Amino acid sequence: MTFKALTAIALVAGLSAPLAMAGGADDDTMVINDETEMVTKTAAPAHLDGAVDEVISGWHFRSDETQSLQLDDFDNPGMIFVDQAMDVWNTAEGSEGKACADCHNDPAETMVGVKATYPKWNEEAGEVRTVQMQVNDCRVNRMGAEAWKYDAGKAVSMEAMISLHSRGMPMSVAIDGPAAAMWEKGKEMYYTRTGQLELSCANCHEDNYGNYIRADHLSQGQINGFPVYRLKNAKLNGVHSRFKGCVRDTRAETYSPGSEDFIALELYVASRSNGLSVESPSVRN
Amino acid sequence: MRLLTITAAMLVAGMATAETVAPADVQFDEDGAVAVSLTGQPGDAARGRDVFATKSKGNCVSCHAVAQLADVPFHGEVGPELSWTGDNRSAEELRGIVADAKMTFEGSMMPSFYKTKGYIRPGDAYTGKAPKTDELPPLLSAQDIEDVVAFLLTLQES
Ligand code: HEC
Ligand code: HEC
Repeated sequence: MTFKALTAIALVAGLSAPLAMAGGADDDTMVINDETEMVTKTAAPAHLDGAVDEVISGWHFRSDETQSLQLDDFDNPGMIFVDQAMDVWNTAEGSEGKACADCHNDPAETMVGVKATYPKWNEEAGEVRTVQMQVNDCRVNRMGAEAWKYDAGKAVSMEAMISLHSRGMPMSVAIDGPAAAMWEKGKEMYYTRTGQLELSCANCHEDNYGNYIRADHLSQGQINGFPVYRLKNAKLNGVHSRFKGCVRDTRAETYSPGSEDFIALELYVASRSNGLSVESPSVRN
Repeated sequence: MRLLTITAAMLVAGMATAETVAPADVQFDEDGAVAVSLTGQPGDAARGRDVFATKSKGNCVSCHAVAQLADVPFHGEVGPELSWTGDNRSAEELRGIVADAKMTFEGSMMPSFYKTKGYIRPGDAYTGKAPKTDELPPLLSAQDIEDVVAFLLTLQES
């Protein structure tokens, strides 16, 4: 990383006792199920020019034990939720008596590439939509079923299942055209120092990735692996829930999952992951 | 209990004296230093050590490593190591940095510990909710800051 990380490493090397950790991303390679080689570090997309040179998956900042859980689907606890979502996919619900499968057949064919391009502008609706918004649109308008609560169990599990069918594909979220205004809004949020601690996303994830903040090894805050299974709360976690936690940690008033603010921020942060392989469902501590 | 009440009463009295400088009244010089004690009381380095290392107080250790705090796990790397800061910085400089580091280091990532307003989307501590009052309580009290400064001055090479 940068000068700062080097300084930190030099300091750590020079002093022994309490500082026995070193910053930076590791050099491991990620191969899923012994077959799918993943892009976990790559040249930053053009719109990050001057901000960072390389985009790096959050996987590189986790311990070997946590990393290994993501390498094999039998070890990945997120897969349980993917299986549950597959059942829901095939189950008819709502006044129309339809299941997702009735319109979309086998997700391994019809959902390929979806996660890599979301959030995405929806021309008919005239809005930027996340995967969960699109799912809820189908539920309400095509199935006559209730919308799922944003980032809650079923919604996140379904997003993970859909995302799995893009695993290994490069993130390629569009930021121009009609999505540009939302993207700008998200970018502004990313660089705004909020809360009583006056910290922006960039303070932690752009200026200090690779450094420790107390016991936490800061990553770039990429979202190519979302939804993520966290060992800490033993469930799948959505992007907006993660954002909420990070905003709260600046001693700020947070936004709600599913709010326009977080949709804009998701669009912007997803675009910072452009080029990295979709990893969902990833595993973090 | 009685002893406690008396101590608490004394503390409150001590804090309420006219000598306590309110956050809005702190005078920074052009380099960001603060010449006058915020309380008129000497700082307590042992208490300051606690403020420095405790998550619910200063939590300074989340960003700064200090070799002298070998008993405290997980020192951060976001700010510079402070193991020699008592050799390099005066009490006045340190008071200014801890009260509002942005007066010394423009745009610093270090939070302003003695400030109550001027925030974007402030919240009620770590609840994620809107604050209950227009002005927030400062992150540290005037005495906390004097105590931390006293602790920082003890951080010397020998
Ligand atoms: C005070 C520091 C801090 C700030 C400010 C902050 N974060 Fe984080 N963030 C963390 C820590 C610590 C983690 C957990 C370790 C990691 O993955 O970086 C984290 C994790 C994340 C992750 C999960 C990454 C992964 O691979 O699982 C995302 C996404 C994220 N942050 C986005 C954001 C966004 C967006 C903002 C601004 C709204 C933000 N963060 C602000 C400290 C911060
Ligand atoms: C979120 C991170 C963060 C926290 C929390 C934090 N600091 Fe800092 N601190 C910094 C950074 C970054 C700098 C470097 C100044 C700069 O370039 O902005 C710094 C600089 C300093 C310096 C000046 C070092 C020198 O001589 O140049 C002192 C002293 C200091 N901090 C003390 C503290 C104390 C005491 C606390 C807690 C009450 C604290 N810091 C909390 C990030 C932090």
